[in-house]
Amino acid sequence: MLKNYLKIAIAVLKRRKFFTFISLFGISFTLTILLVLTAFIDKVVGDNYPDKKRDRSLYVSRISMIGKGYTSSGPPSFYFLTHYAGTLKTPVKIAISSGFNGTNTYVNNKKIAVNYKYTNAEYWEVLEYNFLEGKAFNKQQVDNAEKVAVISKDMKNQYFGEATSVIGQYIEADNVKYRVIGVIENVPITSYMTYSDIYLPYTVAKDGGYKTNKDYQGGYFGILLANSKDDVDKMHDEYDQMIKRLPITDKNYDHIYSHADTYVKSYVDSGDEKHSGTFIAVTAISIFAFILMILPTLNLVNINITRIMERSSEIGVRKAFGASSRTLVYQFIVENIILTLLGGLIGVILSFIALQVINGANLIANLELTINFTVLLIGLLVCLIFGLLSGVYPAWRMSKLNVVTALKAQ
Amino acid sequence: MISLQNIEKVYRTDTVQTLALNSVSLEVAKGEFLSIMGPSGCGKSTLLNIIGLLDEPSKGNIRIDDQKTDKLSDKQLAQFRNKKLGFIFQSYHLINDLQVLDNVELPLLYRDTTAKERKQLATEALAKVGLSNRVKHFPTQLSGGQKQRVAIARAIVGRPEIILADEPTGNLDSAMGNEIMDILMKLNQEDGTTIVMVTHDENMAKKTHRLVRLFDGSQVQ
Repeated sequence: MLKNYLKIAIAVLKRRKFFTFISLFGISFTLTILLVLTAFIDKVVGDNYPDKKRDRSLYVSRISMIGKGYTSSGPPSFYFLTHYAGTLKTPVKIAISSGFNGTNTYVNNKKIAVNYKYTNAEYWEVLEYNFLEGKAFNKQQVDNAEKVAVISKDMKNQYFGEATSVIGQYIEADNVKYRVIGVIENVPITSYMTYSDIYLPYTVAKDGGYKTNKDYQGGYFGILLANSKDDVDKMHDEYDQMIKRLPITDKNYDHIYSHADTYVKSYVDSGDEKHSGTFIAVTAISIFAFILMILPTLNLVNINITRIMERSSEIGVRKAFGASSRTLVYQFIVENIILTLLGGLIGVILSFIALQVINGANLIANLELTINFTVLLIGLLVCLIFGLLSGVYPAWRMSKLNVVTALKAQ
Repeated sequence: MISLQNIEKVYRTDTVQTLALNSVSLEVAKGEFLSIMGPSGCGKSTLLNIIGLLDEPSKGNIRIDDQKTDKLSDKQLAQFRNKKLGFIFQSYHLINDLQVLDNVELPLLYRDTTAKERKQLATEALAKVGLSNRVKHFPTQLSGGQKQRVAIARAIVGRPEIILADEPTGNLDSAMGNEIMDILMKLNQEDGTTIVMVTHDENMAKKTHRLVRLFDGSQVQ
């Protein structure tokens, strides 16, 4: 039976090549966009380099102060992270780093754009960067404000060229020379809390904000590390309790909000207390995916109705010789699933090419997108939904066709 | 074998009501070859469609093989047609995308058969109509007479007790028409298949056991 359906499905596809092209193009193009999008989301959310201890970490990326007519929201300050978040009992370590800042540096009169960030020593213990050579700076080096730097592999290649080892050499950023003590594997820019080209001890920061800024807000992120997974909830609650007790020093504000969240929650945190960032992100992505899918689906429904209409004589004959309406619906759905899976296959190939192009063009720093098993599975699932959505209605309509009317329409 | 009682068929549109069949009663015995004649639009095809359970009468009863058919569900009707009835149409109604053998196998797809059985039965049916050498052809590669022979093979492949033929020779020249008629007569004589045939051709009708004439939806002979 299935073999017979396959035969007729292929024959029908061959018969109206233009319709087939439009259908396959619609499916494969949409699928390509979805696959690239999911590959992107998968990379951003799913890739746990360098924060491999994500399951026992909570991220502090924002602190909001709200008063009548005033709202202020931004990353916390170094002072807040050391004096408040840093004094909690549950976290065993706290990684503190500034957001990355851009500057330019010159090698042989060639300008190189460089991003640098400041971190504390525990940062290197909480996060597990892959060191290609050398090592991270320690607490003593930080306390002594030594001008040392950890750089990314990309930075090494750009600044030093093909040199085998760069440990002990100097790199200049923002008119200061730093001694390179470690080279790490690249981090994509989408992991904005851990990405940079150059990592420096916070004590060498020129502006000294870590010393003078006693506000709650500044330009730093914190990652709290619990002893075990079981302590994460406790750490979360302890942080919330601490925020509730936080004295409000600025009379313009009457509430302070901040959360120590899981990676995904903190990544999409919008600073809006009423709507969770995850909810907004998921809703936005769902609406986008829905719109993306609904157009080709409607298009397919339309094409399918025309296609099936052309086959009304066949429907009449099949019914006369013993096909029930249900059997016919089944046949048309199977045919449609064959079509969409074919479109899916083309879509996967196109996605593979698209990802190669995106990776090759290096549009987003250090972001290597790959089609993985999850993405492929999502793709196939999307295809199946496509096939069902666009096949069920036309099939149902046509199966209800009166046999005599169907046979008359030649 | 077939029993129609006071069959009435009315086609209604918003403004017009047309009486296609007016109180037609008909008995067809097992093994009988019956032809139905009448001018165009007199209701011949409507009557054949009602006998074939492709259309429902507005009034009246139909019994086929002593079974009432008015209460059957869509699925039961489909099974009933599949087992008991075979259809031959004036314009053949072959599926052009399928090869001759696949076209003939079609009724067997809707019953419990293996691919091997289907192939064997279809090959036998094609041999019966003298088309063993055309199994791999597509309908568009065949002449009108050959197409109708494929259609006959399709109608008999499931070994139905009744064959309903709607002007089977209508699109063919007289030589081809006679060939088709010979096949139908042979089926009737050798296999005992009951055949009801709608035709315009007096010569063809004369070859059958009995002739029924319709005029304006009523039986006149």
